Amino acid sequence: MEWVNTILQGILLGGLYAMFAAGLALIFGIMQLVNIAHGDLIVLAAYIALLVTEALGLNPLLSLVIVVPVMALLGYLLQRGLLNRTLGNDLLPPLLVTFGLSVIIQNGLLELFTADSRKLQAGAIEVASIQLGGGLAVGILPLIQFVVAVTVIAALQWLFYHTALGRAFRATSDDQAVAQLVGLDNRHIFALAMALSLAVVAIAGVFLAVRANFDPTIGPARLIFGFEAVIMGGLGSMWGTLVGGIILGVAQTVGAKLDPGWNLLAGHLAFLTVLALRPGGLFPKVQQR
Amino acid sequence: MPKPLLEVQALDAYYGDFQALFDVSLSIEEGAITAIIGANGAGKSTLLKCIAGAMPARREAIIFDNQAIGGEPAHRVLARGIALVPEGRRLFPSLTVEENLLIGGQSGRPGPWNLARVYQLFPRLAERAHVLAPALSGGEQQMAAIGRALMSNPRLLLCDEISLGLAPIVIRDIYANLPLLVAEGLSLVVVEQDIVQALRAARQVYCLQKGRVALAGEASALTREKISAAYFGV
Repeated sequence: MEWVNTILQGILLGGLYAMFAAGLALIFGIMQLVNIAHGDLIVLAAYIALLVTEALGLNPLLSLVIVVPVMALLGYLLQRGLLNRTLGNDLLPPLLVTFGLSVIIQNGLLELFTADSRKLQAGAIEVASIQLGGGLAVGILPLIQFVVAVTVIAALQWLFYHTALGRAFRATSDDQAVAQLVGLDNRHIFALAMALSLAVVAIAGVFLAVRANFDPTIGPARLIFGFEAVIMGGLGSMWGTLVGGIILGVAQTVGAKLDPGWNLLAGHLAFLTVLALRPGGLFPKVQQR
Repeated sequence: MPKPLLEVQALDAYYGDFQALFDVSLSIEEGAITAIIGANGAGKSTLLKCIAGAMPARREAIIFDNQAIGGEPAHRVLARGIALVPEGRRLFPSLTVEENLLIGGQSGRPGPWNLARVYQLFPRLAERAHVLAPALSGGEQQMAAIGRALMSNPRLLLCDEISLGLAPIVIRDIYANLPLLVAEGLSLVVVEQDIVQALRAARQVYCLQKGRVALAGEASALTREKISAAYFGV
């Protein structure tokens, strides 16, 4: 029963990783931009949530009403003002620019908020749990986090396949040159994609900050978790990122259960195993033509 | 002669250091089919790309409906009413046929074309509306590519090598539809290597050779000898 509990916790943790991954997969899929600053943007969202909760006395989960639009707007402006200029046939310029952005965000946060660990306080809900019987219990907060993650992934999947914007995203992803010829403005489409990506980042950042301590330097590790989940899931479906996130979450909790030092190692091993067996991920993108 | 819908004036185009078009000037009549012929590498596709905004051009080099539009981004050129059917169809492979058509209509230009009209013109597409684009035959893909361009309700339709890689009977079918489009008020430019097909359909013909206009005239007035001379440069 202890093991069932461990795996259950891993699955719930996987929801958080899936949210890290969804934003990355979204922009990589649409514009082949590898956003090295993704993890730091998650941390930035956490600090914005911290400011909002302290200034307005809101519950962190309610602060999403403000943090999500702020991050989305930031994403749109970041793409229009900076990242669009780095896109071309070369993958390197966006990589370097987002790497620089990552350094700037980390040091900016360090300057503004110091290196102290912070945490968002969500109140009684943090320790509440549901007894499933047989000694099994799930925390209310991880459960909410998982449900939100599944909802976010489902919403993205729906947006991709059932809306005009999603159609434009997929067309641009298929063939940028022709997308422009049929009347899509790539710069605007890319900026909307980044806005959407950072809206998901905002949700992930708030849950990360409620769940555990954070400080300005934890971004890069979140980036790695996101990448691993994306690569395990594959770029063919948003549901892939959820599966990738869950595999990573379960591997980490099972590893930690075997030996507390194996937490991260087990996650990376699971990643390498999937990469060796299914290099395209579990839901690979359909080959073009 | 009626006022031309589109005029190209002294257009030069480059791929890096390589010059692909030299001082190209031509005019496209409204409500007719104009053919641009020429051998491989003569600059036909480059010319269409410049007109459609997919390649840089001097502003005054392209005049559409009395406005200089050279060098405008492709999405804005499309909004003005110039649509390109690209060489090799280039449908979006992860979209269904219907989604490919709908995306053509996303620019929101008003006009007679919509899904129902395109399906009426190409009934095969209606039958295959919900399969992914790569599952179509070559001829069906070409119909979908033309349909996608029509969905934007263009005034000028640029067709790049629409007969390329298709069976003769399919080519005949597709060409049979072009006069119907003209009857709707559209103006067409067809770029072709298949001279016979182009001469039969077009009123005005331009022949490009190594990036220059080698011959221009009414299709009915051009002799076979003149065309071969302009085409091959002999």
